Amino acid sequence: MINFDFARANDIADAVRRMAADPTAKVIAGGTNLVDLMKKDVERPSRVIDITRLPLTRVEEVPTGGVRIGALVPNSDLAYHPLIERRYPMLASAILAGASQQLRNMASTGGNLMQRTRCSYFYDTATPCNKRDPGSGCSAVHGLNRMHAILGTSEACIATHPSDMCVALAALGASVAVTGPGGGRSIRFADFHRLPGDTPQQDTNLAPGELITAVELPEQGFATNYTYLKIRDRLSYAFALVSVAAALDLEGNIIREARIALGGVAHKPWRDPLAEWKLRGLAPNADSFGRAADLLLRDARGFAHNAFKIDLARRAIVRALTQAARATPQSQSDKKIR
Amino acid sequence: MEQMRVAAKPPISSPAKIPITLFVNDKEINIALAPWTTLLDALRDHLHLTGTKKGCDHGQCGACTVLVDGRRVNACLTLAVMKDGAHVTTVEGLAKDGVLHPVQAAFIEHDAFQCGYCTPGQICSAVGLIGEGKAKTADEIRELMSGNICRCGAYPNIVAAIEKAMAQP
Repeated sequence: MINFDFARANDIADAVRRMAADPTAKVIAGGTNLVDLMKKDVERPSRVIDITRLPLTRVEEVPTGGVRIGALVPNSDLAYHPLIERRYPMLASAILAGASQQLRNMASTGGNLMQRTRCSYFYDTATPCNKRDPGSGCSAVHGLNRMHAILGTSEACIATHPSDMCVALAALGASVAVTGPGGGRSIRFADFHRLPGDTPQQDTNLAPGELITAVELPEQGFATNYTYLKIRDRLSYAFALVSVAAALDLEGNIIREARIALGGVAHKPWRDPLAEWKLRGLAPNADSFGRAADLLLRDARGFAHNAFKIDLARRAIVRALTQAARATPQSQSDKKIR
Repeated sequence: MEQMRVAAKPPISSPAKIPITLFVNDKEINIALAPWTTLLDALRDHLHLTGTKKGCDHGQCGACTVLVDGRRVNACLTLAVMKDGAHVTTVEGLAKDGVLHPVQAAFIEHDAFQCGYCTPGQICSAVGLIGEGKAKTADEIRELMSGNICRCGAYPNIVAAIEKAMAQP
């Protein structure tokens, strides 16, 4: 790890001021990803700005009917928060599907959004990587790419976003509250993370100097018909090959609304409004779900080692929607399929 | 093949050490540390508490698990200066008045280790797990202990030891 300076932000304005004053500085909260990347020499900040003393630790219902999650709420506290367990169990489940309890105790809500890909070439400074070193090339396209993306890739980058929590937040239609030198704004979750295009070094649409202060959930939590299904190489503590956050609003035997977000397959949590819209008015059965999966994956493209993900994703989507329809969500402890 | 370009590194600075206070195993410690010192290195190299182990040093193995303000965390990914004022419990702080912590006693009773390198982390993690109160079944213990790797494969006995310790009043 390189040497760096350390500063502690006294309040939000102070944090923003310090970020704006030093573009080579990095904000630190849980540190679970940033410290690791610093040890690997991938991140080399001149200074880290500790924001952990800022008052962003509340989970509270807001007058519009939703819930506001402070950016510093630890992942474990959020997963076990009574409001989240009761109103947004898909989010609780997705959080518990990721990392280990030690890491969830450390990792913050905002940091989860800001974590970087676990592409092994991004981590290996001896290899070219456009995300780490723009213009150097992508080692994964013709390298070992079993874990990599099948949707929304570019010539420059086929990395995936590693978060489970963000897949549920995407499905729920959350928004991200940020504060920057120009004031505050709200970013729709679908617009927060980016596809790689020719600028894979930019993971998000945060402007320089902007700080996440909260994640806001809309009123509709899909607390009855939902699941978070994660397919991985180990039963626990492994990144997703494919994951699916699926939620349905059912009226009798008719789908009123469907939400499907995929993890492990793209540079951001993957949603397809057309596939969701076309489920409206249909019966919740394997036929409808299969057609939705085909729509979601219509532009999927596999590489040398990950083409299996296309079939895996299709089956996972159908299974997840079936679990949601039956109100038998995936258990994150015994992992048995019900 | 195109020669690899390496981004320019920022100049190496030598920031002043930062004075902090830690309460380690109920003992007040005043120490000045460089910002890049992890809690793990602070415990082992500065406070000579070598019970906490360095395994992967990347948050993947759990050997460095300690309790910070009662919560289990990976000490290797924690910058010590960010924990100014915190209470840290390591494996050295679990026994009281010469009596082993129930988790320690259960690990011995159930032979929950072979080489022992992961054991301090396993034990601190299990103490954290019991404090959280979320694990009721063996499946839930396995899931919530998945951040602690045991390459000897003592998992069945680790789960049995934790079940035994959990059953105690």
